[in-house]
Amino acid sequence: MAERPIRVLIAKPGLDGHDRGAKVVARALRDAGMEVIYTGIRQTPEMIAEAALQEDVDVVGLSILSGAHLDLFPRIVAQMRQKQLDDVLLVCGGIIPDEDMAMLKQMGFSGVFGPGTSTQEIAKFIRAEIGQKRGAVAA
Amino acid sequence: MNAEAINALCAGNPRAVARAISAVERGGAEARAVIAAIFRHTGRAHIIGVTGAPGTGKSTLVNEIAKYYRRRGQRVGIVAVDPTSPFSGGAILGDRLRMQDLAGDSGVFIRSMATRGSLGGLAAATADAVRVLDAAGFAVVLIETVGAGQNEVDIAKNAQTTLVVEAPGLGDDIQAIKAGILEIADVLVVNKADRDEASATVAALEMNLNLKPQTEDAWRPPVLRTVALTGQGIAEVAEEIGKHRAFLETHGLRQARERARIRAELERVVQHELLARLVRGVNGDKIETLVAQVAARELDIYAAAEQLIHVA
Repeated sequence: MAERPIRVLIAKPGLDGHDRGAKVVARALRDAGMEVIYTGIRQTPEMIAEAALQEDVDVVGLSILSGAHLDLFPRIVAQMRQKQLDDVLLVCGGIIPDEDMAMLKQMGFSGVFGPGTSTQEIAKFIRAEIGQKRGAVAA
Repeated sequence: MNAEAINALCAGNPRAVARAISAVERGGAEARAVIAAIFRHTGRAHIIGVTGAPGTGKSTLVNEIAKYYRRRGQRVGIVAVDPTSPFSGGAILGDRLRMQDLAGDSGVFIRSMATRGSLGGLAAATADAVRVLDAAGFAVVLIETVGAGQNEVDIAKNAQTTLVVEAPGLGDDIQAIKAGILEIADVLVVNKADRDEASATVAALEMNLNLKPQTEDAWRPPVLRTVALTGQGIAEVAEEIGKHRAFLETHGLRQARERARIRAELERVVQHELLARLVRGVNGDKIETLVAQVAARELDIYAAAEQLIHVA
């Protein structure tokens, strides 16, 4: 079976309206050969999980600047579990204090990218993780 | 996909539908198996194509049309196509952004597709993705093409009713009489009709339609004004879609179009398959030799093709 391009959902949960970072990442992943479904700002946990389900994505990337990540992210993870989207790679970025990183990783976020992360680094991380997952399925 | 997954798909299970669309997008044996399993459950949906230049408001219009059918209790499937980058192979699929009103409604299924190198305004697997939604019981399936210029007319072969969306200020009346996209319209929509030049756009389109000799029983595409952002004019669009559908039925055109579509698709599949077999059957060096000969102007392209078919 032919490899399909990696499909990524980029979403901004919560109420902050600053989506510049999310757009920069979306554009960079496009340039890295990925299909990026961009859903924009003010997404509820339900909307994000539903879009991930319908679009059959490999990756969900969340961008958040408001500080509400510890409130919103568990609800997104719960919604996704409920829809049996356990095999989707979760990554996030934005303004996230260092002390929250461990908790987010525990929650299921494989990659947490703070300010200053290069977009190539994000693309490389996603490609490596998905490569591993696909390899494991094929084996 | 196993029998259980196919049953789930036909029952409208969103995960099964999503996976099946991924399978038909990937192509190959699994895609064929999915289509073989669902094919007899297809042919029930009304397939509506929405095309037009970038920025005319296709996604917003699709959002409003979907809401209209949902209010009437019909389940709506949407396939939204955006272009793949010819350089990176990646894509930004942004149509969902304008369809957020539909979120949380289990009677709606939206799928974004990248063209993956296909020309003509659709992805190669769009027709199969529509079949999946049809089999899953979506009574209305809306296909949104890439932002189309003048020649992206594949949608007319895939949809039963084609909407061409225009916006004011995009071109003069000579654009309206050119061949191409305007010819495939069953319904013409002038969106953003609250703008100043809307009347001029409507007039240019009407004039173009009037230039065509009218026959008694031919469908004349209506020219409608909408403001998709506020929902203005959407009911009229849906009404005309309904009239067009009835017209196709009463004039026996639904079957005729269906047959024309199947014939075109059959020819495309056979072409593709024959070429694949031919290339498999020929020594790769032979092809390279022919390419080199054509490049050196020792052979012309038709003679080379003839030789290739001959050795296979």
